[in-house]
Amino acid sequence: MKSGALVFLAALMALAGSWGGFVLAPQIQLAGLVQTNATGSSDLYPLGRPGLAKQGLEVYRANGCVYCHSQQLGQERTICEIMLTDAGTNAAATAAAIAKLNSALATPLLGGVGGGSKELLAGLPKLILQVTDMNAAEPAMKTLESAGAKTEARVVPQGADIARGWGKRRTVAQDYLADYPVQLGSRRIGPDLANVGLRLPDADWHLRHLYAPQNEVIGSIMPPYRFLFERRKIGREASPDALKLSGKLAPAPGYEIVPRPEARVLVAYLQSLRADAPLFEAPLTPPPGTVASTNAPGVSTNAPATATNAPATTPSAK
Amino acid sequence: MTATSSTSPQHIDSSCRLPLFALFGGAAVWLALSSVLGLIASIKFHSPSFLANSAWLSYGRIFPASTNALVYGFAIPAGLGVSLWLLARLGRVPLAQPWLIAVGAKLWHLGVLVGLIGILAGDSTGFEWLEMPRYAAVILFVAFLSIALWGFATHSARSRRREEADSSGSADVRLVTSAATLYPSQWFVLAALFWFPWIYSTANLLLLAFPVRGVAQASIHWWFSGNLLFVWLSLTGLGASFYFLPKLSPGSPGLQSHYLALFAFLTLILFGTWVGIPSGATLPAWMPTLSGVATVSTLVPLLTVGLIAVQTLRGAKTKCGGGPLCFVKFGVWSFVLSGVMLAASAVPEVSRVTDFTWFGTAHTQLRLYGFFAMTMFGAAYYILPRATGIEFPFAKFIRAHFWCGAIGTLLLTLPLAIGGVVQGFKLVNPDVAFMDVTKSTLMFLRVSTLGEALIALGNLLFLFNVLAVIVRYYRAVLTRSYAAVTAQLEPTPDPSQERNAEVKA
Repeated sequence: MKSGALVFLAALMALAGSWGGFVLAPQIQLAGLVQTNATGSSDLYPLGRPGLAKQGLEVYRANGCVYCHSQQLGQERTICEIMLTDAGTNAAATAAAIAKLNSALATPLLGGVGGGSKELLAGLPKLILQVTDMNAAEPAMKTLESAGAKTEARVVPQGADIARGWGKRRTVAQDYLADYPVQLGSRRIGPDLANVGLRLPDADWHLRHLYAPQNEVIGSIMPPYRFLFERRKIGREASPDALKLSGKLAPAPGYEIVPRPEARVLVAYLQSLRADAPLFEAPLTPPPGTVASTNAPGVSTNAPATATNAPATTPSAK
Repeated sequence: MTATSSTSPQHIDSSCRLPLFALFGGAAVWLALSSVLGLIASIKFHSPSFLANSAWLSYGRIFPASTNALVYGFAIPAGLGVSLWLLARLGRVPLAQPWLIAVGAKLWHLGVLVGLIGILAGDSTGFEWLEMPRYAAVILFVAFLSIALWGFATHSARSRRREEADSSGSADVRLVTSAATLYPSQWFVLAALFWFPWIYSTANLLLLAFPVRGVAQASIHWWFSGNLLFVWLSLTGLGASFYFLPKLSPGSPGLQSHYLALFAFLTLILFGTWVGIPSGATLPAWMPTLSGVATVSTLVPLLTVGLIAVQTLRGAKTKCGGGPLCFVKFGVWSFVLSGVMLAASAVPEVSRVTDFTWFGTAHTQLRLYGFFAMTMFGAAYYILPRATGIEFPFAKFIRAHFWCGAIGTLLLTLPLAIGGVVQGFKLVNPDVAFMDVTKSTLMFLRVSTLGEALIALGNLLFLFNVLAVIVRYYRAVLTRSYAAVTAQLEPTPDPSQERNAEVKA
């Protein structure tokens, strides 16, 4: 290469390419994301973190929790579970329909003399069949419905992270709209925290865990964060916030361990971590009766509407 | 033409002395500090309550302080020092404005100090490799520009000198023709000087000053880390390697070849700049896919560099003997190995296992320390004696440093790589409890802590040598000027008094 100008030009073109692809393009593609409705409910998602949780994010950032904990989940596939919710009036026809769809389920119960269909139709809602997607589910559901039964299709994401109990679905861009800085994390020396507010909602557990992780989780290598707590003399009476510690951890008589504001807001932040709202780009059928992240009534219908990947209701401002 | 005396290699080397002292002196200190902090962080895995009662010494603050001290405290200043020297030497002009460069270097070190204190105090930004708070980032950016500017000025002075030589008519033909085409190291180094300000300013503006929303932050962050840890380190490190490999191997046929190096340069910047977005990232799917394809494609420049190294070292007669060549050779092979690990980890089937494990840390450390730091050590051990005219006072430490660094790097990174794969296989199996996953990594971490300790020892040896050279140089300067001053002050002998003395005697 003859001159510095050519070197500069080559470097400029190369760097401009990746700048366009990874700096400019995500801004263009993701800038339009706004709060949207969780599928099947009228509540907005994501809600901004309440004040204490927002301060907790600052504590999380300052203490470098991101170097051991990730906050992103992947999934490998979604499957459709066809559930029988109502056997209908013609039990024999329903049982025959089930036998046609899933002989492995039906044959052991129906193989003998009649009466087996009662067992088959007991314990509703009952999983009849797992298929790969809605296209495969619709004919099966039609078969059951033509026998007079009522069915429901549930979309269930699957993957190693989900099987571990770290969440119900993968995390998507919408989940991080309200956060600064986004702490996705790149190492799992400790468990993933994307849904820790669902998994471990108890504030006292978190406070004890921060004070002495090895006490709450045997074998944990998480360092104790004692500097987030204060050891002080008990005043006229013990503080209601004092940690209930026993054995070697308990402070000397007359003293108590009280969480500092940093510990409190950090726990509030951890309790606010959840990413389980069903979205258009990450469909999920919450189990009936559970409260979705937006405190709306659990989504549970007999129609496959929740699983048809219909776009969410239009957000008010775009 | 008197130009030859002012552009002799000795003159050029000594014009670099002051900036090199400023850059390398501070770099050696930060390096030692980073390995001490890194060692403390590593020990915490075996004894979690070690130094845990202080916020400033907690893992989440010490670890980023250690990595930032390594990258911003050592890697960038050392890279700048070597780059400036290479531009001066290869351009056959003295370095432009050494005093201003030294001021810029001191400003840079001030920025690192402010930034590290900020991280330990809790002002870390939360973005890995970009933890320095805004107030420190501004200082660093201005300092870098003020140093890089004189690098460009030095380089263009080379062109002007060539023009003068042309127009004066009494040109030294050999000088003119060899100055026409740039040596490969110059392309690498010039590209690196341009690269860092752009990625650093973009990342700081869009992540810290006027933050973008949501996962676009993650995309820009990954873009910055990839360009810093892969492209910038490779450009500066390879620029040095391509100069020193032929230079330090007697019997080497020279850099083999100019066109392979051009190919390596172009493919490195073309593919390398897209490296960084992990496979399972929570981003629109085309981004991790594109990044993965580009990362695997970096095998092309990687293998080219390996080929160049093999061909350049062919015919090299002597063993490196624990000297600068050992460091540079180790660096090139670490570059190839870490690049292979990086490319492997970008394949989706592999990243399914290695994402979120120690594997990523392993190949990053291998590139950062095994490749870049070792190459910079080799360069420093070559350049500093020539810039000062003083040999290293503790010559045996150089060989000891090599072995500590080489074995330490291998002990640090290989167990982490293997442990990362073991950890990954357990993580993707949901039947394995998370505690068992953690337990399985502990043995590998123990070995890697040992590697950290060895590396820390080697870095202390480097620090001793660099500080000793600086001290010895200034002592020699002071001694000389004291001698010159006292020689002037001594009364000149009066001829008449002498005759009287002779008569009396």
